[in-house]
Amino acid sequence: MNSTVTTDRQDERLQSREGLRGAVADVVERARGGDLGVIPVVAGLVVIWTVLQILNPIFLSSTNLVNLTMESAAVGIIALGIVCVLLVGQIDLSVGSVSGLSGAVLAVLFVSEGLPVWLAILAAVIMGAVIGWVYAQLFNRFGVPSFVITLAGLLAFLGLQLYVLGTKGSINLPFDSGLVNFAQLDFVPPWLSYTFAVIAAAGLFASGYFHARERRRAGLSARTLSMLVVRSVALLVVLTFVVWYLGQTRGVGWMFVFFVALVLVMHYLLSRTKWGRAVYAVGGNVEAARRAGINVKAVYTSVFVLCSTFAVVGGILAAARLAAANQSSGGGDVNLNAIAAAVIGGTSLFGGRGTAFGALLGIIVIQSISSGLTLLNLDSSIRFVVTGVVLLLAVVVDSIARKSRTSHGRA
Amino acid sequence: MSSTQQADSVLSLRGISKTFGAVAALTGIDLDVAAGQVVAVVGDNGAGKSTLVKILSGVHPPDSGTITFESKVVDVPTPAAAHKLGIATVFQDLALCENLNVIQNLFLGQEVRPLRLNDVAMETRSWELLRQLSAKIPSVRVPVASLSGGQRQTVAIARSLLGDPKVIILDEPTAALGVAQTAEVLNLVERLRENGLGVIMISHNMADVKAVADTVAVLRLGRNNGVFDVGEVSTEDIIAAITGASDNAVSQRRARRKEGLSS
Repeated sequence: MNSTVTTDRQDERLQSREGLRGAVADVVERARGGDLGVIPVVAGLVVIWTVLQILNPIFLSSTNLVNLTMESAAVGIIALGIVCVLLVGQIDLSVGSVSGLSGAVLAVLFVSEGLPVWLAILAAVIMGAVIGWVYAQLFNRFGVPSFVITLAGLLAFLGLQLYVLGTKGSINLPFDSGLVNFAQLDFVPPWLSYTFAVIAAAGLFASGYFHARERRRAGLSARTLSMLVVRSVALLVVLTFVVWYLGQTRGVGWMFVFFVALVLVMHYLLSRTKWGRAVYAVGGNVEAARRAGINVKAVYTSVFVLCSTFAVVGGILAAARLAAANQSSGGGDVNLNAIAAAVIGGTSLFGGRGTAFGALLGIIVIQSISSGLTLLNLDSSIRFVVTGVVLLLAVVVDSIARKSRTSHGRA
Repeated sequence: MSSTQQADSVLSLRGISKTFGAVAALTGIDLDVAAGQVVAVVGDNGAGKSTLVKILSGVHPPDSGTITFESKVVDVPTPAAAHKLGIATVFQDLALCENLNVIQNLFLGQEVRPLRLNDVAMETRSWELLRQLSAKIPSVRVPVASLSGGQRQTVAIARSLLGDPKVIILDEPTAALGVAQTAEVLNLVERLRENGLGVIMISHNMADVKAVADTVAVLRLGRNNGVFDVGEVSTEDIIAAITGASDNAVSQRRARRKEGLSS
């Protein structure tokens, strides 16, 4: 052991792994131990895209991928809320109904009552927050399991949605409204898309660089400069390629940018704030969290409120994309797709494990399947079956990984 | 003797009583802990050890009696109050989150810079704490699930040291551990004493008590049943005090005979 060894690397049992090769070795090691991270999703995505592309050459065309990103945003945002609820080890089964109800409320206030669109959106968002708050109160005060509360909510809010829509059963949103424009026609101009890509890569490099500098000053091991450069350049290449390829047709939709921005915000909140730590702690061991002085009830409340609010935002965007709110909005597979996206993205149903990026990756998998099967002119019956099977596979992978973690002492 | 003990003791209990309904769990308990002293509290099941821990850690308030901490009479109404005074408790089940890593567990609920967590500061402080305990934890960035029982106990003790406590209470720290891990935890207790903390160790294990404690306080049926200096007492005597073996028909008869012989 020499004197230049950093504080966190002094134990002789630690194998020193440095540079790019060390990073790869670490990933392999972790995956073997059942800490799969995003590997199954990415692998699954490659398989699904390859198969669907062979079956129908249009699948990977720019037009279809642009559509895919636009279709992902609404349910993806709902899935983001589901990730939060799953992290504390609970579930919200009513997100579909709540999203449908929010579409209906928006349409009634905006079209039938003639309120300004921002006011209608605000009202719907407040409604979402109130719904989540009520769930949390029922959960905290009476200790009713969350799946029962939200199952009741599923039915009740579906009924409310039908009531709000009235006898007509469907309300069209005007095509010239900003909201519909946002969801259907607003695309980021190419120069701005490339700028975003550069900003993202530069931001990744800057945050990595400053963090590494701080660590080195404190005498801890840190990523090397070359490693940081490689990482940022890789991100830049990938993003530039995506922007360029989508730019062949319509480009990157503002709605998708909005979704990604929400993912980034949630990622920050979950990984870099005290609140995020509390969420993971409650999901891991409620009693330990309580003894550590965390206000467990407040954490549950915040998470349920967040989930319902995201469901409302997703519902508004779905209605805007369809330019209508009807009786089937938020019905069918919206609920299951949102939960499936979260689980496929690596969020554990057992709580305490998962990331915001999981929602992004998961929803792209789900949407790819849905879009691919639609391109093949397959019936929605088959689509349901396939989505169900994929969800089951994801849960099985989660359970196997969990067992593997236990046997490798990483549970 | 008892007055000098009280003079340099950091924590002393006098006449602590606690009843649960009709059951007197503790009656008139006295206990003294000095800085840099390890006091083992031993006793059979139902002797009142856990109740004593709970009173000191603020889970239950005592019915009567006084707690003197650093020569001031204090109240310990809540766990937070105990923590604030400088009495830290490591409960038997440790209360760690297995999905979080060592740093995250150490700072859970008291993170540095809540809105933009300062990982570097927390990691540096974690290493300081672990070094202070000469802990054998190779990396602080692994989830607690991957640590051994002894290492987890180390993490739990290190966490209790975060608030710079004066007295630390360990509830059965070696109960679930193997031989090597027990030795590791006993080393840790030695380290706590060297750092000048008062340690109250609840234990069932006489070997551990003899190995690290300075004094042994025996509880029996909620009452003090003797305080012994570890160097001068045999394991048999401690066990006799725990079980009350000196207070049965056989021993009474032997005592009567002795009296008869000597008179």
